[in-house]
Amino acid sequence: MAGAGRLALVRGLHVAAHLGAFLPLAWLVVVVPRGALGGDPVEELIHYLGMGALRLLLLTLLVSPLAKGLGFGPLLRLRRPLGLWCFVWGCLHFATWLGLDLVFAWGLIGAELVERTYILLGFTALVILAALAVTSLPALVRRLGRRWKSLHRLIYPAVLLVCVHFWWSVKSGWIEPAIYLAIALALLWWRRGALWPPGMRG
Amino acid sequence: MLIKTRRPTPIPESQVTPEAVHGDRRRILAGLGFGALLAGANARAGLLDFLSPAAPAPAVAAAPRKPLVYDRGVIPPGLVLTPEEKATNHNNFYEFGTGKTDPARHSQGLRTEPWTLRVEGEVARPGTLDVAQLIAAGGLEERIYRMRCVEAWSMVIPWVGLELGKVLKGFEPTSRARFVAFETLHDPEQMPGQKSAYLGGGIDYPYVEGLRIDEAMHPLTLLAVGIYGRTLPPQNGAPLRLVVPWKYGFKGIKSIVRIRLVETMPPTSWNRLAPDEYGFYANVNPAVDHPRWSQASERFIGPGGVLDVRRQPTLPFNGYGDEVASLYAGMNLRRHF
Repeated sequence: MAGAGRLALVRGLHVAAHLGAFLPLAWLVVVVPRGALGGDPVEELIHYLGMGALRLLLLTLLVSPLAKGLGFGPLLRLRRPLGLWCFVWGCLHFATWLGLDLVFAWGLIGAELVERTYILLGFTALVILAALAVTSLPALVRRLGRRWKSLHRLIYPAVLLVCVHFWWSVKSGWIEPAIYLAIALALLWWRRGALWPPGMRG
Repeated sequence: MLIKTRRPTPIPESQVTPEAVHGDRRRILAGLGFGALLAGANARAGLLDFLSPAAPAPAVAAAPRKPLVYDRGVIPPGLVLTPEEKATNHNNFYEFGTGKTDPARHSQGLRTEPWTLRVEGEVARPGTLDVAQLIAAGGLEERIYRMRCVEAWSMVIPWVGLELGKVLKGFEPTSRARFVAFETLHDPEQMPGQKSAYLGGGIDYPYVEGLRIDEAMHPLTLLAVGIYGRTLPPQNGAPLRLVVPWKYGFKGIKSIVRIRLVETMPPTSWNRLAPDEYGFYANVNPAVDHPRWSQASERFIGPGGVLDVRRQPTLPFNGYGDEVASLYAGMNLRRHF
């Protein structure tokens, strides 16, 4: 493929990533009024937004193996939009729980964050994603230099936290969370070299 | 009159939807919001509409519901009815899927006529009961009860039915009858959740529930055949379900085909699935949290959009303590949750 063609492809994928992450949010505005998520959509909204964030997180982690497998480096540029959209979905997920489920009962919110381990896990993941989102500003990427890379490896514990948070949160049934955890573990297994650098091997 | 509310939940005037607006809300919403949103003419009304999902549109034709003849109940002071559209489109009925809208979507084909209920076990006169005959025999009454789900949301629902105790007495329970076991229809052809563990949330079907005999004979315990003046829609447990207003909603077993009076405590579905999270008694108790969330307060699903949702304190025995607390005198309710 010619260089210009490849760049156009990456640009196209970039647009697709933005649209793919944004349109399902726009879709909510259309279908929720029609009752598609039920008479009381709060629980389904929380679930929909949380699942979206998890899928975007897994997609973000899929970019590197894909780029390497295809020998197509420019693909790596998709990590930033996908990761940032994951953070947006995660924030909306958290905000819906905060504002529509617990209805800003701050005392209760504080107690739930501390007492319910699965909520604490999800919240920790969101804090990590916030740190990664902020430090993905180009100016900060340059300033952090090598430390940027170690910081952004925090996405690995984050995806595990999110998967456990999901598994723990379901009322019954384990098949769906098990599938997501398996995908996350496969994506981490592919990076085992980076997760366990040779210098740290015993 | 047994329905007493000594400690009514104060609901501000602002939360009560005027009846005219309430009855007309589909038209108002359509006029205000969704049409405008589609036309792209009024983005602000569209946003407001987003927050007021009051007109769910099921993909399939709704199962027919018959009007019932019954003694009208009164709305206890301080309570506001949950709109019918919300009570019939926000259901837990895992036989039809685990999502809140799955039951309304997937249950409309449920054959509810003819339907017979078998009553057996420790009774002098075991037998069957035809639901159509039960309805035709009259004596139905409306009971407007709070409904508190174990998931920490609540509704106020006008049920129509008969006291379970009066129905059971007709079968003459023996002195050995200490518990009552209930069973939902088991028909994987009609109930996709029973066919697939994935759709059905991994519950061991048929769904079973149980009450102690004194709980079953308590005058608040209702065998419901209708809501909002008409026969039950399938997603709410047609044609016959249990309503025990001082217990978490999952005790209200739906689409019952069998009642068995027994000597020993029967197994119950949620308790079997997660014994540390769901007990046999499952009395509404703000002092005993679910391991994964607080039970001290609840989201009341009433009129209006999601922004009108308020959290309100959960009452011991769901506000029916005066009537039922004596059933549990001397029991450690933290242990027998």
